[in-house]
Amino acid sequence: MSDVTVDITAQNAAPSWADPADAAGMGGQGSVEDYWALLKPRVMSLAIFTAFVGMAVAPGAIHPVLALVAILCIAVGAGAAGALNMWYDADIDAVMQRTAKRPIPRGTITPGEALGFGTVLAAGSVLLFGLAVDWVAAAILAGSIAFYLFVYTMWLKRSTPQNIVIGGAAGAFPPMIGWAAVTGSVDMASVSLFLIIFVWTPPHFWALALYKAGDYERVNIPMLPVVAGTDETRRQIWLYSLVLMPVTVMPWWFGAAGHAYLALAVALGAAFLVKAWRVYSVRDGEEANRAARSLFRYSILYLFLLFAGLLVEQGIVPLARNALGL
Amino acid sequence: MPMNSPVRDDQDAARRRKRSIVLGLVLGALVVLFYVITIVHMGGDVAKRSF
Repeated sequence: MSDVTVDITAQNAAPSWADPADAAGMGGQGSVEDYWALLKPRVMSLAIFTAFVGMAVAPGAIHPVLALVAILCIAVGAGAAGALNMWYDADIDAVMQRTAKRPIPRGTITPGEALGFGTVLAAGSVLLFGLAVDWVAAAILAGSIAFYLFVYTMWLKRSTPQNIVIGGAAGAFPPMIGWAAVTGSVDMASVSLFLIIFVWTPPHFWALALYKAGDYERVNIPMLPVVAGTDETRRQIWLYSLVLMPVTVMPWWFGAAGHAYLALAVALGAAFLVKAWRVYSVRDGEEANRAARSLFRYSILYLFLLFAGLLVEQGIVPLARNALGL
Repeated sequence: MPMNSPVRDDQDAARRRKRSIVLGLVLGALVVLFYVITIVHMGGDVAKRSF
């Protein structure tokens, strides 16, 4: 792990809630699309998918309506976390090319509106989840929203190059929440699903940060390539990729997956390692950027296929067998 | 475009209208959802209660 001290000037930036638009009583300009964008729909879709897999793999049964409510609450909770993140990060979003077109930097939604929207959705999703489905799952959802906002967004993101390592836990909770919605508990198999996304996040984000380092540097976000250099980032990507391989085998080890999943995890993992090694070994020029881009894109497909494999093996195949009377 | 131009007012009104419609639909969907959740939790024997 890298241990780098950084000078954080972004921490001293004016808080986004002090926005003049709020003070002037403006607002009400946001369209439905703007509010939709506040929910970070792409991140939300990953949460929905992995939560659904967690529910499908979990032992036991849940009423289909309650399963739908659970997925809805997880989706809305993830969206609320995204809105609250955009509220707090409005100052740096405005400077970064990748995020400059978000609703708050564009001025269509005021920070106050985003804060209110996110808070209501967060409270509503947790409350409905607990009342309708399960309080253990609702508590994990509440914890993950709080973790994403207070630990990642407000604290780690602007203060340490390990931000994405610990902050990545927030995105790793959905399969565990889905599992808890069915079982009402947390066990090693659900923790293994959490760990897969947790360990996958650093190489995934650092691959992106390698070719977007300039963006983070401009806003003083201490992403690893900015503070420790690209060589150290490539080394960390390689190390985390090595750790990721045995972690993806854990669901099989704890009995939540079978041999088909194991074979898939090994095959996909081998391809991941090849791409991570290429990022580690090719360090200069456009070729190096291409390798990082390739790993970033593959990492998304990798996680999707891994969880899809689990869903097919543990959810769809048994269902089909039952339906056909096999 | 000036803040109070007619075109801007029209755009604002259209945006507000769409927002209101979507909000109404969401609230309606929540009413249906809460009803269905209640039925699911009460179970199928709710009509057979002995008072």
